[in-house]
Amino acid sequence: MVSDFPADNPRADAPDARYKSEVRNLSFYYGAFSALKNINMMLPEKRVTALIGPSGCGKSTFLRCFNRMHDLYPGNRYVGEIILHPDDVNILSRDVDPIEVRMRISMVFQKPNPFPKSIYENVAYGLRVRGVRQRAKLDEKVEEALRDAALWDEVKDRLNQLAYNLSGGQQQRLCIARALATDPEILLFDEPTSALDPIATASIEELITDLKDKVTILIVTHNMQQAARVSDFTAYMYLGELIEFDVTDTIFIKPKHKQTEDYITGRFG
Amino acid sequence: MRDDKDLSEIRSIIARHKLWDLIFMIIGVFALMIAVLTFMALFAHMLIEGMPRLSWDFFTSFPSRRPGSAGILSAWVGTTLVMLVTAAAAVPMGIGAGIYLEEYAAKNIITEIIEINVTNLAGVPSIIYGLLALSLFVHQFGFGQSILSAGLALALLILPIVIVATREAIRAIPVVIREGAYALGATRWQTVSDHILPYSAAGILTGVIIGLARAIGETAPVITIGALTFIAFLPPSPFQDEFPFLSFEWLMAPFTVMPIQMFNWVSRPEAEFQINAAAAGLVLVVMTLTMNGLAIYLRYRMRKNLKW
Amino acid sequence: MHPPVTAQSADAHSRPRSLGYSYRRHLGERFIEGLLFLMAFISVAITLAIVAMLVKESVVFFEQVPLWDFLTDTQWTPLFDDAHYGILPLISGTVVSSAVALLVAIPLGTITAIYLSEFAPFAVREVAKPFLELLGGVPTVVYGYFALLFVTPLLQKIFPELPGFSLLSAGLVMGIMIIPYVSSMAEDAMRAVPMHLREGSYAMGATRFQTAIRVIMPAAFSGIAAAYILGISRAVGETMVVAIAAGMQPNLTWNPMEPAATITAYIVQVSLGDLPHGSIGYQTIFAAGLTLLLLTLTFNIIGHLLRKRYREVY
Repeated sequence: MVSDFPADNPRADAPDARYKSEVRNLSFYYGAFSALKNINMMLPEKRVTALIGPSGCGKSTFLRCFNRMHDLYPGNRYVGEIILHPDDVNILSRDVDPIEVRMRISMVFQKPNPFPKSIYENVAYGLRVRGVRQRAKLDEKVEEALRDAALWDEVKDRLNQLAYNLSGGQQQRLCIARALATDPEILLFDEPTSALDPIATASIEELITDLKDKVTILIVTHNMQQAARVSDFTAYMYLGELIEFDVTDTIFIKPKHKQTEDYITGRFG
Repeated sequence: MRDDKDLSEIRSIIARHKLWDLIFMIIGVFALMIAVLTFMALFAHMLIEGMPRLSWDFFTSFPSRRPGSAGILSAWVGTTLVMLVTAAAAVPMGIGAGIYLEEYAAKNIITEIIEINVTNLAGVPSIIYGLLALSLFVHQFGFGQSILSAGLALALLILPIVIVATREAIRAIPVVIREGAYALGATRWQTVSDHILPYSAAGILTGVIIGLARAIGETAPVITIGALTFIAFLPPSPFQDEFPFLSFEWLMAPFTVMPIQMFNWVSRPEAEFQINAAAAGLVLVVMTLTMNGLAIYLRYRMRKNLKW
Repeated sequence: MHPPVTAQSADAHSRPRSLGYSYRRHLGERFIEGLLFLMAFISVAITLAIVAMLVKESVVFFEQVPLWDFLTDTQWTPLFDDAHYGILPLISGTVVSSAVALLVAIPLGTITAIYLSEFAPFAVREVAKPFLELLGGVPTVVYGYFALLFVTPLLQKIFPELPGFSLLSAGLVMGIMIIPYVSSMAEDAMRAVPMHLREGSYAMGATRFQTAIRVIMPAAFSGIAAAYILGISRAVGETMVVAIAAGMQPNLTWNPMEPAATITAYIVQVSLGDLPHGSIGYQTIFAAGLTLLLLTLTFNIIGHLLRKRYREVY
């Protein structure tokens, strides 16, 4: 399946858009089961790209290829390449250390998963893992990340409290802060609002929109309105294949494929 | 965006951290091996020391002052009879209690007390059960220093094991099975006896075997009751020529059991008796390990075959 | 309008006459329920019996021996003509042998648990876990034999002055005996830490070791602590290894290189003799037993509270 992505100029009103990453002929196998089939896609830099599609279409599997999460479990196999610019390295290559990939590409999970530590230590975790010890640098980075995640004002007086005392929405923003603290190049979101109430969802969506000036974002969502609200580009996946990838407005207003249109309009899925 | 210096720094940090991973991995395997190697040493030591003593005569002779002709006849007969009593008491009581707690008990304070009690009993040192049996069975009930007292003491000891195993086996049965039975008009006991018990039987059996293996090896409570360490006769046979063909006289007989016999020989200063101890230990370990191995195998089979 | 009555449902023979209430069936069910309840209640009865029995015999004991002497006298010689009833020598023996055991079991048990939970490949875990479980099933009298006739001679090669009975040798073997117990409980606690926490840490670029130390262990803290505490309780209550390998002579010492009796070993020693029922010597073992029960009960309660806590978190 060849992508319909207009490779030269993905978006008319953003002629300066560059690509952060390039997916080439990516297939993925859980044992013998082929979960992703020959995906090709360009990930525009400092934009929000949404992955949509019915359950089991492989969108989360695809997302998790970007930080090699599949390496954690035995029997998984990647075929093809994900090139990370500007280094032009294939992050799926055996020679590339998954730990290094994860230090450069952060992820926010479906369910808020703060560690059973203080708010401060949660955000500082990624830095500590990288061996940062100076208190001043940690303080500075933690505050910056919490501000970026729009959580600073709510928690600045109780940084040493256990993260579990926060509400669900706050916990998810804390996880975003944790991911931001290490200045990632790409931020992956795996259905980040599916466990949250509508108000918390709105604040996370707002945050994602704000963050795209800083970082390239790839977000999996099961909620089409959300994709329409937050993303610049949208990819529609079905049964492990990338059916259509285009500017979000195009996907939602005049998709090229009948299948995409059926899904968007709710006739299927 | 990152410059190359930054990247190389990250790489050196990762390399360092991965070294720690490797070091810990080695330490981990080493720690695991200590427990395993100790057991190997134990087994090998007993095998080398005790194997030459293992002969048919060893199983068919009474203990003796002369180490060369001493055997474990009264010990293994005693162990067998004590286990009969233990199983007869602990199995029905443990399964009954397990069924009650899983299928009948209302969520109230009494149930909670019972549950806390079961976990608590599992942590009581075995010698305390010996003291209980000494005071209650031997003196209060007047059972004396008999097979009955020992069997009951060990039954109390393994009761928590049987209860917990029963509960876990029952809990693994999905609610839909119960609902299916109730929907056909079965009463609670019919549901239990027709469905719950048969489906959890293998799991319960696993727990019973592990419990009995534990009881076979227990020494302290049986010493406390006052099992004799030197006993050169067998308890009366449970089978008779005359009606009613079964006799329960053996229940009240004095006795010894395998671990006590071994303990007795270990405590002797003469090296020849310690060889006997090694041989008895070998028999004991093979017995308990076979039972435990059987239980583990059963559980493994169950896990593999049963997918609700 | 009435729905037409079908021939089937009108057939009186094929359905019960009424949807009444069968008292006989009900009574049978109640009887079975009562019976099962009694079986479950036996566990409570056992506990009550243990407490009642220990207290009853101990009361007689404390009528003759003041509690103050029991707690402060430094000699325990109930069977001598010059009888002293100080529990301290038995406590010191118990504390020293347990301390040696825990110095072995806690580090090795923890490392084994982390290794099995976070590092070991699936195949290793599948083999190692049942094997450790098997080790837990070896009778303690066999471990006692091993301590006296294998470990002690071995230690004597390193410390030539080590006597034939010593707390060190008994404690070391007891420690190895407890490793499977501590490691399996600590591992359970670590495996109960949800996968998404692990993934969260790995997604930050953490290694296995970092994840284990910085995320898994703190998250499983109360469960791991429970494993330690229940391990302590196990060591304190262990009987045969110390009775065989540490000697049975009460000895107020904190030196593991010496022989000494623990509370449990003392009970064994008395039981091996022929003390008349009701004599003060007979009652000493119940006073010792009560002390032992109070010690282990304290640890068990703390341990179970901690375990309950980690079960509630997830």
